[in-house]
Amino acid sequence: MLIPCPHCGERDYREFRYAGDASKARPPLGSTDIAAWHDYVFLFDNPKGGHREYWQHVLGCRRWLVLERDTATNVVGRSWWPSEGSPG
Amino acid sequence: MSRARRLGQGGYVDRSRPIRFTLDGRSYAGFAGDTLASALLACGVRIIGRSFKYHRPRGFLCAGAEEPNGLFTLGSGARTTPNTPGTMTELTEGLIAACQNGWPSVRFDLMSVLSLAAPIIGAGFYYKTFMGPRRRSWMFYEPFIRRAAGLGRAVHQRDPDRYETRHHHADVLVIGAGPAGISAARAAARTGARVLLCEQDFLVGGSLLGEGAGALEALRTEELAGLATLEVMTRTTAAGLYDSNTVVLVERRDHARPDPARGDAREILKIVQARAIVFATGAIERPLVFAGNDLPGVMLAGAVRCYLHRYAVLLGERIVVATTDDAAWQAATELAAAGAHVTLLDERAEVGGELLRRAAASAATVVLGAQVRAARGRRGVRGVRFVSPQYPSGHELPCDLLCMSGGWSPVLHLTSHTGIKPAYRADLDAFVPGGYAAGHFGAGALTGAASAAAALETGSAAGLRAAQHAGYGREASVPAAAPGVAVAPAAPARPRDAHWGKAFVDFQNDVTTRDVATAYTEGYESVEHLKRYTTLGMGTEQGKTSNVNALRQMAQLRGIDVPAAGTTTFRPPYTPVSIGALAGRNLGQHFRPVRRSPLHDWHLANGATMIEAGPWLRAWYYAWAGADAETAYVEEMRLVRSGVGLSDVSSLGKIDVQGPDAGEFLNRLYVNEFARLPVGKARYGVMLNDDATVLDDGTTARFGETRYFMTTTTAQAAEVMSRLEFLLQTAWTDLRVQVASVTDQWAGMAIAGPRARAALALALPGIDVSDAALPFMGCQEVDFAGVPLRILRLSFSGELAFELYVPSDCGTALWQHLLASAQGLGIRPYGLEALASLRIEKGHVAGLELDHRNTLDDLGLGKMARTSKPFVGRELRGRPELQAPERWSLVGLECQEPAARLRGGAILFAPADPIQGHGRGYITSVTWSTQLNRFIALGLYQGGLAHAGEEVLCAYPLRGELVRAKIVSPVFIDPAGERLRA
Ligand SMILES: [Zn+2]
Repeated sequence: MLIPCPHCGERDYREFRYAGDASKARPPLGSTDIAAWHDYVFLFDNPKGGHREYWQHVLGCRRWLVLERDTATNVVGRSWWPSEGSPG
Repeated sequence: MSRARRLGQGGYVDRSRPIRFTLDGRSYAGFAGDTLASALLACGVRIIGRSFKYHRPRGFLCAGAEEPNGLFTLGSGARTTPNTPGTMTELTEGLIAACQNGWPSVRFDLMSVLSLAAPIIGAGFYYKTFMGPRRRSWMFYEPFIRRAAGLGRAVHQRDPDRYETRHHHADVLVIGAGPAGISAARAAARTGARVLLCEQDFLVGGSLLGEGAGALEALRTEELAGLATLEVMTRTTAAGLYDSNTVVLVERRDHARPDPARGDAREILKIVQARAIVFATGAIERPLVFAGNDLPGVMLAGAVRCYLHRYAVLLGERIVVATTDDAAWQAATELAAAGAHVTLLDERAEVGGELLRRAAASAATVVLGAQVRAARGRRGVRGVRFVSPQYPSGHELPCDLLCMSGGWSPVLHLTSHTGIKPAYRADLDAFVPGGYAAGHFGAGALTGAASAAAALETGSAAGLRAAQHAGYGREASVPAAAPGVAVAPAAPARPRDAHWGKAFVDFQNDVTTRDVATAYTEGYESVEHLKRYTTLGMGTEQGKTSNVNALRQMAQLRGIDVPAAGTTTFRPPYTPVSIGALAGRNLGQHFRPVRRSPLHDWHLANGATMIEAGPWLRAWYYAWAGADAETAYVEEMRLVRSGVGLSDVSSLGKIDVQGPDAGEFLNRLYVNEFARLPVGKARYGVMLNDDATVLDDGTTARFGETRYFMTTTTAQAAEVMSRLEFLLQTAWTDLRVQVASVTDQWAGMAIAGPRARAALALALPGIDVSDAALPFMGCQEVDFAGVPLRILRLSFSGELAFELYVPSDCGTALWQHLLASAQGLGIRPYGLEALASLRIEKGHVAGLELDHRNTLDDLGLGKMARTSKPFVGRELRGRPELQAPERWSLVGLECQEPAARLRGGAILFAPADPIQGHGRGYITSVTWSTQLNRFIALGLYQGGLAHAGEEVLCAYPLRGELVRAKIVSPVFIDPAGERLRA
């Protein structure tokens, strides 16, 4: 599997570390909304098909990125910086 | 012996280069270009194995990777390799081969008496005989069965050869270098795409090698070398197809006599990442199913043709060719042209006129509507019995070679590996790939193309499409999909009643038509059940020649169509892959990387015994303190408690944190206050996960307005680093902070004990290490002999102690300087065991307690949290479940039995509890305490220190131990911290 790193280009997946679901928004620092934290930390869908997930290019530029991947076929889609939001 | 002979000319063998080899100790010779199979056949060797269950004599059936019978054990000693098909073994000088599964030899096999016992070892034999109420009999029979059945044996010696793994990237990977693959590769490479063409054989050409008459030469394969972007890999099998266009290839290099001492690899596992893949894997001919179809001398027609043209070996003088389709007619006419007496038996009553005209022009005799009923002979075929309209009650022809052709099965294994189901095509009477994933293209016989011309046409179209998929040659127009290639319909090769003996469906596993019928009768109708009940399609061959014939029989028995009977799932690898190739270089110490401290060599040279701590090798204990860990660590503890010791802590994670917002960043990470940490001070901190379990602890020192130096535990260094990067890059992008791992850049050492300051003063003249200049939790960055030196006054042991950090390349120099300067104070090194024991006495939690399940409160650190400021994990920390008083929390334990010891992992029970189940907690860390003269421990206990003073039972069922201990404070020494503030 080749992962497009927005900084380094397409690289082998072995250079990356998988880091879970990226579809949930982290509650802002200091938020005391326990339900929101609970949802963010513990509740994940386990979809068959399209998935938005975090990967970190640990053996490359060390940047975190969001990647679209099909969990059934491992077909990889777009990627972007977490700080920039989905390109659409 | 057969009447096979090598022809005086032709073929792809080099008659000027004879090659000698041995089989079971006997010498033979072949030519360069031969396989072990072709050389043995040319020498007249016909029996080359005994069958799996019945020990029937067997000869070669095929000429390729699908060979079920002709498996050999190659090599000797530690290089012994079992179960290698002779048809794929390139002949090399001095090759040592041995037949398998024959005792004392394949020609006189005493076990063949099993043939007479056949009725009792049919389908389900093992299950019926040895399972259920009669299971005990397995004990009795097992050694006998294991000896009698089975294939070759592996040796138990260490493999002396070297294996490698390589990664390849290609625009187009073409699998199979027959006519379709070659033309696909050529078409793709001409667009400029980077193309890999892999071929399991040692020659390219595929089926053309067995067609004679310049078939291969017409393809002008020599031109391939001129294509700059094309790489051809021979002797390279595509073993498996995986997600995202990953293909695993295995290259065999035995022909090059690889020498591990020179670094040569014997096999290379190649992991290919391709943008597009062309499957040009060809097709495998199917046997006909009739009694005695396994006799030596009964072979596939295409294989006989291949031996004739590629190896110039004519395998018989009186040859019968039995077929259900057109393909074998070519074999018949060519064998006749080569001088054999040939009779062709076609099951079809009518065939095309062109076939008849060509046959008439040759010397072959043709019988239409002829069905073979049995092959006759004991150690080789001597005749064939068939029925035909002319001989309704049967007729027998003498022969010394029987060629059979029951149609062709496309090699669709690879496309099936990713889950694409095969689809049945009635016109071909065969399964083809049921579809292709995006970027995958089929060509040649795999798609049903029956002629070389059709293979070329489908090949170049597939090659061009693949290149276009990869972004090349977009302007070229791809010829319309090749029209359905016209082939004369084959007569379904139905298995016949085997009144005359065994008719084999699966040669390698000795599965007969009777076994399939038994499976059906007993309800094992599903293909997957059939496979497991009869062992059909198992072994090295995995059903390549047997699958369709078995399906057809089962479909017939059930009265359904072949496709309705299903097909089994093919899984990687296509052909067996050696464990060596899979392991590659990941052996022994190369299994995973080893991390070494900058002081590693010093430790080794100075009596340290090393121990693995995660990926690190650390000094465990030193010889000066004792001959084994048990005695040494106690001595080293005494040294630190009474004098001064020096310990290597370079493995601690070190992170450089810089930026105007670094203080705010740390304040958000750690549960305790960090925003107002002054320059020149360090602070112990704890970080939580979002779910409020403890992530890690460590110390962060502030060396400048915007510069901090964080240390983490050895175990969590990478995790913490990733976490910091995550927060900065995803959540707190407004913070102006940079983090960098500097673990490898700094050597770290701890100097600890009542004489630590005196030792430092001796070693660092001119640097003020007094309590005033360097109070507890103070830090300094100084220049020492031109080298930056960071001194932190911290204590892990509970004694007066300092941590010193210098650039890694100066680590050994500083270490030696410290030991030499403070020699008069009795300074000595101490190792990891003593380091860990000292912290237990002081009640410091470490990796064994920080297991990502415990909260701050569980570890007795709840008071550290500054809840007025936000920090990671603060919110979920308040969950009621985490505040429950009966949670397991940190306690100290003192052994109450002088003769007994505590053990890590022991389960804790209250005195009145029954000793069973998970108890009320467990011991995490144990040491002998030099201060208390008894074993002490840290552990987690239900309700924790609310039970202080109570006795518990420490159960260690692995050793049958039950030891009394008392719950005490986890801080065993100096609770007021007077020593470390001294
Ligand atoms: Zn990158």
